[in-house]
Amino acid sequence: MNGITLTLRVLHHGEKHLAGRLTSVAERHRTEHEVHYVALDLAGWSRAHVQRLAATADHYGLDLGTSSATPVPHLLSTLTGKASEAVAHRPEPGLLLLRDLRELHLAAAENSLHWEMLAQAAQATKDDGLLDLASACHPETLRQMRWTNTMIKNLAPQILTSL
Amino acid sequence: MDSSVDRIAQPWGARTPYGRHDPWPARVDTYLEEGVAPDEVQRWVQTASILHSDGDAMDVAVVDGRMAGVRGRAEDRVNHGRLGPKDLFAWQANASPDRLTRPLVRREGRLVECDWDTAMSRIVARSRELLDERGPGSIGFYTSGQLFLEEYYTLAVSARAGIGTNHLDGNTRLCTSTAAEALKETFGCDGQPGCYDDIDHADVIALFGHNIAETQPVQWMRVLDRLAGGDPPRLMCVDPRPTRAARRAAVHLAPRLGTNVALLNALLHEIIRTDRVDHDFIAAHTVGFEELAARVEKCTPAWAAEICDVPAARIGEAAELLGTADRLLSTVLQGVYQSHQATAAAVQINNLHLVRGMLGRPGAGVLQMNGQPTAQNTRECGANGDLPGFRNWQNDSHVADLARVWNVDPKTIPHYAPPTHAMQMFRYAEQGSIRMLWISGTNPAVSLPELSRIRSILGQDRLFVVVQDLFLTETAQLADVVLPAATWGEKTGTFTNADRTVHLSDKAVPPPGEAKPDLDIFLDYAARMDFRDKDGGPLVTWHDPESAFEAWKRCSAGRPCDYTGLTYGKLRAGSGIQWPCNEQAPDGTERLYTDGISWAHPDVCESYGKDLMTGAAQEVVEYRSLNPDGKAVLKAADYLPPHELPDERYPFQLTTGRTLYHFHTRTKTARAPQLNAAAPDVWVEASVADAAALGLGEGDVVEVSTPRGALRGRLRITDIRPGLLFVPFHYGYWDTGAGHAPGGGTPGRAANETTVTDWDPASKQPLFKTVAAALRLVERGDGTGAPAPTTTASAPAAASGAGAVPATTGGRSALVTQSADPTWDSPGRRAGERHHPHPAGSPPR
Repeated sequence: MNGITLTLRVLHHGEKHLAGRLTSVAERHRTEHEVHYVALDLAGWSRAHVQRLAATADHYGLDLGTSSATPVPHLLSTLTGKASEAVAHRPEPGLLLLRDLRELHLAAAENSLHWEMLAQAAQATKDDGLLDLASACHPETLRQMRWTNTMIKNLAPQILTSL
Repeated sequence: MDSSVDRIAQPWGARTPYGRHDPWPARVDTYLEEGVAPDEVQRWVQTASILHSDGDAMDVAVVDGRMAGVRGRAEDRVNHGRLGPKDLFAWQANASPDRLTRPLVRREGRLVECDWDTAMSRIVARSRELLDERGPGSIGFYTSGQLFLEEYYTLAVSARAGIGTNHLDGNTRLCTSTAAEALKETFGCDGQPGCYDDIDHADVIALFGHNIAETQPVQWMRVLDRLAGGDPPRLMCVDPRPTRAARRAAVHLAPRLGTNVALLNALLHEIIRTDRVDHDFIAAHTVGFEELAARVEKCTPAWAAEICDVPAARIGEAAELLGTADRLLSTVLQGVYQSHQATAAAVQINNLHLVRGMLGRPGAGVLQMNGQPTAQNTRECGANGDLPGFRNWQNDSHVADLARVWNVDPKTIPHYAPPTHAMQMFRYAEQGSIRMLWISGTNPAVSLPELSRIRSILGQDRLFVVVQDLFLTETAQLADVVLPAATWGEKTGTFTNADRTVHLSDKAVPPPGEAKPDLDIFLDYAARMDFRDKDGGPLVTWHDPESAFEAWKRCSAGRPCDYTGLTYGKLRAGSGIQWPCNEQAPDGTERLYTDGISWAHPDVCESYGKDLMTGAAQEVVEYRSLNPDGKAVLKAADYLPPHELPDERYPFQLTTGRTLYHFHTRTKTARAPQLNAAAPDVWVEASVADAAALGLGEGDVVEVSTPRGALRGRLRITDIRPGLLFVPFHYGYWDTGAGHAPGGGTPGRAANETTVTDWDPASKQPLFKTVAAALRLVERGDGTGAPAPTTTASAPAAASGAGAVPATTGGRSALVTQSADPTWDSPGRRAGERHHPHPAGSPPR
């Protein structure tokens, strides 16, 4: 395994992780409607990245598998969805929301740095296919980061001053 | 041309055909109550309509201190004397016996009458308590699109610099926030590029989700008159319903709900593929063309046909029409704004015009329409999630400038985050961090999505709800304090329509009982709260409408919506005038961007833009590198499938909408007998094929249900797109036994029982037009048919045995006089020549 396949593997894992995390955050914050819907939309991007990474990895003789590209919403996330409805009238879940948005941001930032590494390696090895992949996906990762940052910026003043 | 016409049966009246580039002939519509002859009218008082965003100018007839009718103003640039059905009849609601005439406060669970001092003291005490205990973030204001400029401005100053809260928004969030956002995204700043006169000059008029015949009936009269005249325009119409415009269109596309971006990307694809592109315009005035071209490259008509369920050939024909237009006018409304991917779609329509260089010339323009009559002012005055004067909350020098105008410290004005939008305010109230909500001139218990949720929020004990309205609306019934407000005709102020035309509305008659103008209520609150500027002087320095207008002028100076050239005197001496109106443009400004893009430079723009899909804010650094010279931004967007799609349990798509005869939640129009009779109760529209498949007939009582709730109404079978249901959103509960909610465990009749809490991440406008629903029979019809008009998009389908449904008529009480008035038809009028043969105060002949 060389550096490129190593990065592909790490990034594949990272995008899969982020897709799952976005889905579970969406479930946990059903009553935060904008977070809920946009998180689900953004999970779609990460799932697409996972698939494209797996397809590219094939060319490098690396098998990343395709089975788990779609995280299955499991029992726990259904339960947390119900729980969020039960506490819709309480302010405390606001803190949990800020924590979740922070974790999403950090996960997206990790992926972003790995896309950066991959794009640099692609240029160093004149690997146009790999550069195309990074150029197509990395902007979406940056948009995921900008979204979590904007949501934190907009929501933090109210949440942190009303407890 | 003097004639009498039943304007319920013939809502658009008689034709006055005119040719392309000719002036639109005047036609003066007059309606006086039965028994009042024209020579008995003692005064005519100048105003304009507040029942839609068109700004139809009119004079109110006054007899013995009461309103007795209305007459269109021939000299006004907007309507040339014409009035729509709502303009003609809804004024009667002012004199309804159930107007609120005294304040109410809740005592032991019941609303009881009290005096003003008691009501205001209670509000002030609660405000102070919350400021002390929980801070300014615990207080929110939710206002309207139906007050006057002076009132919004006073509210904005009080909320933003007096209380210091970020939570002030209007119900304009539901109708016009996507228009504002799309203009900000493309042109860096709000401001309607085109004007209604563009209808006189266009050779192609494209209507995107805009049922113009019903929402702007007077401009539809203008289109009809052009269709009847020489060199008529061709119409392109995107609407899933068989609207009057759709029936007259050269190309009508009826896409699946929630697919506007796919359709628009395919239209852009075709226009770029066939190189019907104004390359010089693009180079001179835009950034982002390469990115846009790349993004739509794969969006072929065949691709979009699959998504939108519209034949690819039809998309090709539409692109051909748009691509070959010599002067293209596009108008956009709720079919785009209240749908999935609202801002992304509205922006693609701007893109269409930029790519084709169709901007800033007579007939070549975009009208991102407004829904409500004074929505424009909510936006300008900073009562709609923006800072006053289209200032940029992310730009410290803009905030400092506003602080200078108000003589406060910049830190007083919250600008660490965008002003809170209405849907988020309701969320904060739900979660308990907003503890006081002051609702003025709007009825969220009928107009917001997912009503059971809204009722539960407003019904919380811990939330102090103030409602300021004309009637005991569904929302007012849930309030802790109800303030009786004066309305149009009972107070003076100005307001601005969708094409930037400012009208003065003078007081004609006194308000009933102790009802007060909204301005007086806000001024009283500011005085009682003792809001101060940084030198200890009063924050609100004005005391009546005209002094409030003068204060607003100082705030608007040098901004795109510059009012400094306007005075009450000037508006009274003439009629509507378009902003910007200042020293350079003393007669107002017909079109923006006639000489390049003027408000997109990073230093002056209102917004640095957002991610159209996520709503994430761009920062100044990114904006400056993208658009250093302040050109228009061609912003591309990928199609994203809707969040809620039909499935086995909910096999239909459901859209809510409007009808010609009603406005908003019917608080006024249901109290005008002619309008109420034309559409007295809720109905459900379904297609011929779907009705046949389910064995349903005209007039059957059906239930429409979604995961949020259900409603019942009688069925009208129309030529609507198969698979789609339509329900008008106007009907609530104030005129039913239960009062403010569905009664007796049976499903209600408000469309918003079924809608979803989901909004466009960029404009924060809720989705009212993209949900999945089920339809079932409750009870066979009794032969009376659905209470739906036959004159509009709700007309029964020919195939459903339309002959059996009685036509909508108004009879004698709906007869309106139409008269020619050639004084105003000379082309010289257009050069700004002003002559006043019959100013307000005297009858025309």
